[in-house]
Amino acid sequence: MPPPSRFADKAFEWVTLAMALVVVLLVILVGWQLARGSSAAIQKFGFHFLATSTWDPVAEQFGALPFIYGTIVSSLIALIIAVPLSIATAVYLTELAPLWIRQPLTSLIEMLAAIPSVILGLWGIFVMIPWLRDYPFPLLKRYLGWTGLFTGPIYGVCMFAGGIIIAIMILPIITSVSREILRSVPDLQREAAYALGATRWEVTRIAVLSYAKRGLFGAMILGLGRALGETMAVTMVIGNTPQIAASLFAPGYTLASVIANEFTEATTDLYLEALFEIGLVLFAITILANLIGQLLLRTLKTSGARRAA
Amino acid sequence: MSNLTMSSPTPISKSSGITPTPPEDSNSQVAAPAFDVKNLSIWYGEKRAIKDISIQIPARTVSAIIGPSGCGKSTFLRCLNRMHELVPRTRIEGQILFNGENLYRPGSDPAMARRRIGMVFQKSNPFPTMSIEENVLVGLRLNGVRDRHVLNERLEKSLRMAALWDEVKDDLKKPGMSISGGQQQRLCIARAVAVEPEVLLMDEPCSALDPIATARVEELIRELRTRYTIVIVTHNMQQASRVSDRTAFFYVGELIEFGETAQIFSSPRERKTEDYITGRFG
Amino acid sequence: MIAARHDNNGWRKIKSALASVLSMCAAVLVIAPLGLVFFYLLQKGAGSVNWNFFTQLPKPVGEAGGGMANAIAGTGELLGIASLIGIPIGVLGGVYLAEYGTSTRNWWLRFVADILNGVPSITWGVVVYGMVVLTFKSFSAYAGGLALGFMMIPLIMRTTEEVLLLVPNGYREASLALGISRWKTIVHIVIKTASKGIITGILLALARIAGETAPLLFTAFGNRFWNRNLAEPIAALPLQIFSYAISPYEDWHRQAWAGALVLVVGIFVINVLVRFLTRGRTATVL
Repeated sequence: MPPPSRFADKAFEWVTLAMALVVVLLVILVGWQLARGSSAAIQKFGFHFLATSTWDPVAEQFGALPFIYGTIVSSLIALIIAVPLSIATAVYLTELAPLWIRQPLTSLIEMLAAIPSVILGLWGIFVMIPWLRDYPFPLLKRYLGWTGLFTGPIYGVCMFAGGIIIAIMILPIITSVSREILRSVPDLQREAAYALGATRWEVTRIAVLSYAKRGLFGAMILGLGRALGETMAVTMVIGNTPQIAASLFAPGYTLASVIANEFTEATTDLYLEALFEIGLVLFAITILANLIGQLLLRTLKTSGARRAA
Repeated sequence: MSNLTMSSPTPISKSSGITPTPPEDSNSQVAAPAFDVKNLSIWYGEKRAIKDISIQIPARTVSAIIGPSGCGKSTFLRCLNRMHELVPRTRIEGQILFNGENLYRPGSDPAMARRRIGMVFQKSNPFPTMSIEENVLVGLRLNGVRDRHVLNERLEKSLRMAALWDEVKDDLKKPGMSISGGQQQRLCIARAVAVEPEVLLMDEPCSALDPIATARVEELIRELRTRYTIVIVTHNMQQASRVSDRTAFFYVGELIEFGETAQIFSSPRERKTEDYITGRFG
Repeated sequence: MIAARHDNNGWRKIKSALASVLSMCAAVLVIAPLGLVFFYLLQKGAGSVNWNFFTQLPKPVGEAGGGMANAIAGTGELLGIASLIGIPIGVLGGVYLAEYGTSTRNWWLRFVADILNGVPSITWGVVVYGMVVLTFKSFSAYAGGLALGFMMIPLIMRTTEEVLLLVPNGYREASLALGISRWKTIVHIVIKTASKGIITGILLALARIAGETAPLLFTAFGNRFWNRNLAEPIAALPLQIFSYAISPYEDWHRQAWAGALVLVVGIFVINVLVRFLTRGRTATVL
């Protein structure tokens, strides 16, 4: 038998390390490309870019405020809809549902996650928007118009529709992360509460939810990260108008949508640079959301491991 | 390699069963031991698992290591073929000579040592993706042996040596996991002897087996003794007395006593050994 | 007092039942979109999925019929290019995370991979545009494949790591104890043992990126004809669906629905296949 090659052993380790380091390289690459692509715009507009609301490619005036506003508002609407539904579903899946239903239901949610954004957008344009326009929106306008959120002409495509479609996109991820977190709650917690004579819901509320609070918050932030960067479906239903309007029935625009719509139409260098800068802003806020979300989930995991050990 | 031709005197005393040990213990009998361990200490991070052990393990005998769990017997065994290096943050002090050569010579490849010093584990672990034949030959194939004749010859020889040939010779293409637990463990022994090591280290090889399978493996160990140096870790004292020529008793990382098996079990010199074998602790 | 306690208990039970019902309603609402999307895909798309759809090029506006053969082929080619980048890097990186490295270093690498997973897909389009399209002055299949490949890397890396960690240590030890070198142990024993799980991870990653549109908008760009040269723009199913969906023509809308149906069925087939592949494994592992 020939002696083993120690060089091959070292080489293999180094190759795999290099491949693992590609993820670090990619984060740097993304940041660098976006910064490089927008350097002239950053120099020209400075912080005004984030604070002005004129987006006029013809006059070469670029302000990102309407897009930042649209991104944040549509994501907030999505969170308000998706978080309670997702967490309730996760609770149902781990605590309350009959055992036989849990696995099929989980599979269905994974299938929802597998639907491409562009197909949800297609469905949004041709099915959801007409329905919203004809039924729920007029009702909202009549009964909640006084709040100022549901006023003005109803086009169908609008900020609210964008929020709803994003909510559908992020339901599966928040549900599945929450489910993992609830499953990681030790059974001891539940048994202790049952032993005190608590009902199923009381066990869930006292023993499970209070224990998992931090992780569920992490799941929500991860969902927010996805919501902020969601592109195709929202582009197809939000109306793509760079404005800041109080009414959710007014069309809006998001950071991701403006890139998707205008990137190939950017005729001047400065226009393209401004879009790169929009990409940089989007990258920065989604990285931030993911950073916070992941850290919340990770500290949970390590403390859990320490308890087990 | 030279001492492999040397005949070991210990089996003679084994056959007589109750021959008293010479007073100088193991050292005087074997001129060139397979393993010569000098002042060995093993650290897991801050914890010292093995404390300053010196022991000479004779060639072509079965040496058993007994002791209560956590006494460091498995750790010690894993040092003999450098398997403990897989656990992060371990380091060793002292010296282990294998056939007179430093096992831990700087720059030497642990894989080379492991080819000469094979190992059988507590849980039988045939590779699940491989057939019986592939399991036996994997060590040769992955170490670069391609010759079909050599492989065929070694396949039968190894399975015969593991007393498994007659049971599986018609099912060589079946998955290694398809046979019974006792057969799987003997398959692992066949896999280990296929690369023709000089030593077999066995880490509680029967602890997961039923009594009948255990008896077969014990029988096998006694047969293999004429060809290999065998070191077996066991928590089962009856097993140690059945299969081994010499027995070492470990207690919290220290070697308390090493001598003829018959002597250890009939008239131990140390109080702790006596307490242990009479069941007062452990 | 006993009566009061009784009432209290009753109320508590009602509350518990109420919670069950409400959470069940939430679950129904969560999966409702799945049913609705599928229903409309079948209703509006099934009629237009025919032989021509798979074999013909798109027709110009006003001419009925035509298909998306070029887009289906384009998606296949893009996935191929993406696999060439994503699979080797992802699998080998996953090997490092599972088999080598210190726990602190690997914590960081895992963390970065998870962050990378959260980068919006449109960002990859912008980055690859800057890297490739601007450099070579042309949209291309290479650029589109690269963007998708980048997205695959962290996905495959993490799933590969997870399944490798499920391989019992006993197999590694048994192999090393035979004097087999570490890298051969990893390649021939560990990876081979986990191959089903690794393939599952790869298939899921492919299913995930097959429907991506945003990273392709300004890399692959789309093409109304066959792509004869990978350095030129190429069609892709999601791109075609998008451009048809936002067009004003009835015919194109029908084609968009048909394309969406085909894409979703393809993705679901992969998912079901994976579930079938892993059915035995997850049952024994968990």
